[in-house]
Amino acid sequence: MNRREFTLGLRHGVPICLGYFSVSAAFGMMAVLSGLPLWTAVAISLTNLTSAGQFAGLNLILAGGTYLELVVSMVVINIRYFLMSLSLSQKIDERMGYLKRLCISYGITDEIFAVAVQRPKTVTASYMAGLILLPVVGWTGGTFVGGAVTEALPESVSSALGIALYGMFIAIVIPVARYQKAVLFTVILAVAMSLILTYVPVFSIVSGGWGIILITVLASGAAALLFPVKPEGEAESGQEERQEA
Amino acid sequence: MEINMTYVLTSVAIMAGTTYLIRMLPMVIFKKKIRNVFIQSFLYYVPYAVLSAMTFPAIFSSTGSTASAAAGCAAAVLLAYFNRGLLTVAVGASVVAWLVQAAGL
Repeated sequence: MNRREFTLGLRHGVPICLGYFSVSAAFGMMAVLSGLPLWTAVAISLTNLTSAGQFAGLNLILAGGTYLELVVSMVVINIRYFLMSLSLSQKIDERMGYLKRLCISYGITDEIFAVAVQRPKTVTASYMAGLILLPVVGWTGGTFVGGAVTEALPESVSSALGIALYGMFIAIVIPVARYQKAVLFTVILAVAMSLILTYVPVFSIVSGGWGIILITVLASGAAALLFPVKPEGEAESGQEERQEA
Repeated sequence: MEINMTYVLTSVAIMAGTTYLIRMLPMVIFKKKIRNVFIQSFLYYVPYAVLSAMTFPAIFSSTGSTASAAAGCAAAVLLAYFNRGLLTVAVGASVVAWLVQAAGL
């Protein structure tokens, strides 16, 4: 363990940790509001360390979705980590052993990836350990605090907080959609399909989880065909960093 | 609300295992970068498609009443349009929803 590298990683992880806290607090609130025990929400955050995937998973669990739906949802929603992990695998020390690789894989999130790949040098396991530690604490701790606070809130307040999470999703999507036509196209298409699947009776066979998967693949696929992203640069620039975990 | 803990715990394990495998496999197996523009583009748009589909129309039943949810949603869209941070938008939407509920709508 290289101490200097570890400390540097810790320092780079502080802003990520703070950002995660508020988002995961919303996750904790939502889980507790929907009737899950607080410790389950904390366990989900600690073991999954991802935002959209956890929210989707929580919705599926509450809807009594099948295990297959869960697996496919996680794959579709989190498949971007595959690309990030792939990209990060080029940045790490070639001699890094399998055990270390297995360990740092756990902490590949949008922000941690963004910070790690921006390093000019080879990324060491010590640096990654430092970089991952605080965001995990922030993500898990935020879930706990959010859930614990919710249990103590009066009914009228907690019911109004049910919208907080969706507010956050809107805050991620709208600013990017405002400036990038392709993203706006993706959003409009996804919302339109979601409304159709929800309100047109014929489509009730596509239950919640599958519907989201179908919409994601169709909307992202259409956008990718019509508006290919320029290789490198744009795809991983500023907007990606706004994504939470 | 009755919760089957075996089902919940199995689900959590499945979520964690699947997500971990996605992160771990390339790190352990692959040495080459993906250069395919379609795949890169597809992955770039995925978060926006997922979040949009999860938000609409579910947001309208996220509070005590449709009216308060719709008002909160409008507040969120407006705040986000003017580039407010995640927390500001989330709290703003909740406050507006709460006020509308408090007004008895």
